[in-house]
Order: sequence, then C-alpha cells, then structure tokens
Amino acid sequence: MKDLEEIKKYLKEYDGPEMNIMEVCGSHTEAVAKNGIPGMLSKKIHLLSGPGCPVCVTPSAYIDKLISLSEDEKNVIVTFGDLLRVPGSELSLNDVKGMGRRVEMVYSPLDIITLSKKEPERTFIFAAVGFETTTPVYALLLEKLIREGVRNVKLLTALKTMPEVIAYLMDNDAPIDAFLAPGHVSTVTGYGIFKPLATRYGIPFGVAGFKGEELLIALYGIVKNRGNGVVKNYYPSVVTEKGNEKAEEVIDRYFIKTDAVWRGMGNVPHSGRMIRDEFKDFDAGSEGLTEDKKKNKACSCDKVLMGKMKPADCPLYGKVCNPLNPQGACMVSQEGSCFSYYVNKRTD
Amino acid sequence: MCVALPGIVEEINEDTAVVSFSGNKVNALTGLIPVKVGDRVLVHAGCIMQVISQTEAEEIEMLFNELSEAAG
Repeated sequence: MKDLEEIKKYLKEYDGPEMNIMEVCGSHTEAVAKNGIPGMLSKKIHLLSGPGCPVCVTPSAYIDKLISLSEDEKNVIVTFGDLLRVPGSELSLNDVKGMGRRVEMVYSPLDIITLSKKEPERTFIFAAVGFETTTPVYALLLEKLIREGVRNVKLLTALKTMPEVIAYLMDNDAPIDAFLAPGHVSTVTGYGIFKPLATRYGIPFGVAGFKGEELLIALYGIVKNRGNGVVKNYYPSVVTEKGNEKAEEVIDRYFIKTDAVWRGMGNVPHSGRMIRDEFKDFDAGSEGLTEDKKKNKACSCDKVLMGKMKPADCPLYGKVCNPLNPQGACMVSQEGSCFSYYVNKRTD
Repeated sequence: MCVALPGIVEEINEDTAVVSFSGNKVNALTGLIPVKVGDRVLVHAGCIMQVISQTEAEEIEMLFNELSEAAG
C-alpha cells in the first residue's frame, strides 16, 4: 500500500517527460489553488485550467438577454449568484441591479418556487447556467413547476456538456497530455463518458474529488498513466461508471442536445442543451444567443480556456484586469482561472 | 459552480428532505436518487445528487491500495 508521503515525493521529484494536465472543473481550479497543489509538483508537471467554469464560458449575448429581460418591470431575474458580475457586451446583472431592476440571488430552485408564489403577477426568469451537474436540478425544477401548476417561472438556459468541449480542445491543438476529470459532473454522467475520449486521444483521464489528498492521489495516478488512453476513478465514494441514471433520465425528459457557443471559443457542436419544444412555454428565449463580444480586445480568455496561455502571460492580467475590474469572464468568477491565479498569487 | 457538499438526511417529506450540514438544516430536492433517514448524501444547488457510499477514510485507503496494485 502506498502512503501520501510517497505520493508527494513522487510528484515533487518527477523527472520524466513534461506533462500538461488540464482540469475542466472550476471547483477543481479553486481546490487546486486552496490546497497549494502547484507548489507540491515537479517543474515538469504543469496544471492548466480549462473551460470548466460554466459562468466563464457563457457568451455576452446571454448576459445581454437577461439584462434586456430585466427592463420589463414585471420580470424578476433570478440567479445562483456566480453570474451577477459577469460582463455582457456592456453591463453586468449587478450593474442593472444597481439601477433598480429586480435581480434576486437564490441557493436552491425551491427558493424560486417560494418567490414566484408570493408574487404571482410577476414573471421570474431563472438564469439556468451550468454543466451536467446542475442540469438535472433545472429539470427537477421544471418537473415541480408543472406538477404544482406554477406558470410564472421561466428559464433562460446556457447549459453545456463536457465531452464535446474536451474533444474540441484536443482537435484544436490544445497542449494537453491528460485530464483531471470533473468529480461532480461525473457523479451524474458516470466516468464511462470519458472512455471514448481517452481511447481516441490516447491520454489518461483521472476523475478526482476536491480535497488535497484526493487531488494528489489522482494526479499521481494520472502521471503514472502518461500516454495511456485510460479512465481511472479516484472518487469512488460518489462516482460510478454509469453515474446517476435517474438524473440522466430527467435531463432527457426536459432537454435536448444542441450546439452551444462558449465564450472566447465560438460554437462547439452538440455541446449544449435546450428545453424541448413541448416545454417551450418555460423558455424565456434561449435560442440564438450566440454573439460573443469582448469587453477588451486584448483579453486572452480564449487562449487561457484552451490551455494555450497561462493567466499571468495575458498582457492585461494584474494590470487593467483584476477581480475589481475584470476585463474577461475568467477574472470574474471565483472559479475562473485568472481570478484563481490572481487571488492565490499563482505564478506557475 | 459544480461545488457539492456532504450532509446527513434527517427527515423525508414529499419530494424534499431535510439535510443537516454540521447542524445547519436545509431543504433539498430528492428526485434524483432514493434516500432514507441517516444517509450521507452529496447536495448540489439544493438537490441531492448521490448517496455517499464510503467514508472519506475508507475511500482514501481503497485508492492507496488500488494505486499500489495498478500503478506500482
């Protein structure tokens, strides 16, 4: 049996070929920094933060649409919070909240139902952003709205899926030798979803938890499997090969796969989901939100999200772009690569 | 955004459960997985995503063993 000290020693003293390992989960980006993982690795192991923060990859047109919906005083925009500071082409939801428009933050879909029942004369528009982890939550919300006859809640969706964007990165020359695969996305999808990708690109995927020990174990396993097209599950307490099949069922009942625009990266075929036609009454106008304007033309979020540039190498980073004055989405969310590098003073 | 926290199911109602996070009690939707009182569960965005099958210590021990066998 290995122990943690042996694993730490191996990762610090690793002297094999250079290895770029990308995490595609914003919560991993945050956990990696909080646990000081970069400083525990050999200079030959590089961690790259990919497009794993759903808020960061939501295009400007989506924010602009929410802002335009907030102009109608009968509408209330409801969001989980991460989205408030994300800039649209000009303004953020926080800006329009400051102008007196109704923007509410919630922690659970149950809160929206409570809000909507208190004010039946208003329409509550839920900013439904997220990956596979959060999509079943929106599906359950739709189910509950239908069952309880609530008709004054609508969703504006920007839902994304992981396998397609991973393939997009690999097909567009992202310099990646392995993936630290997302733990909670895998709770829903199962780790089996990464097997075709591991085989196609001949690189290892390691599904990881979020504690320091779990991350180190996964990184050790990934480095040991360099060059092998395998998927390993280092988060077995909640991740199985098939995932949560009930969640997949409920997602399929209400949503259909579509193309999706990722901020800075453009259209990625089949990487999104939208509400099915039969439930379109609950859609606040999610189709066609493809425009993606940069607030600052020199912003390098696109290169950062694809692992082609480290945050600190962006010409704006730490100068005109910082958490108080973000120029791009990667500096906005706590899970954004640039935000995480900035607040944790990462230089790797 | 995909952050999820472990808690203990204390009470089950129609389509929700009361989940305790170190004493803080929160209502969470139960539609994605069958749960019973006493289960350790993972909650994301007000919804129970999974029942946690092992304690953290058991999981780490299992992983160390697997790494020894698989990766040398």
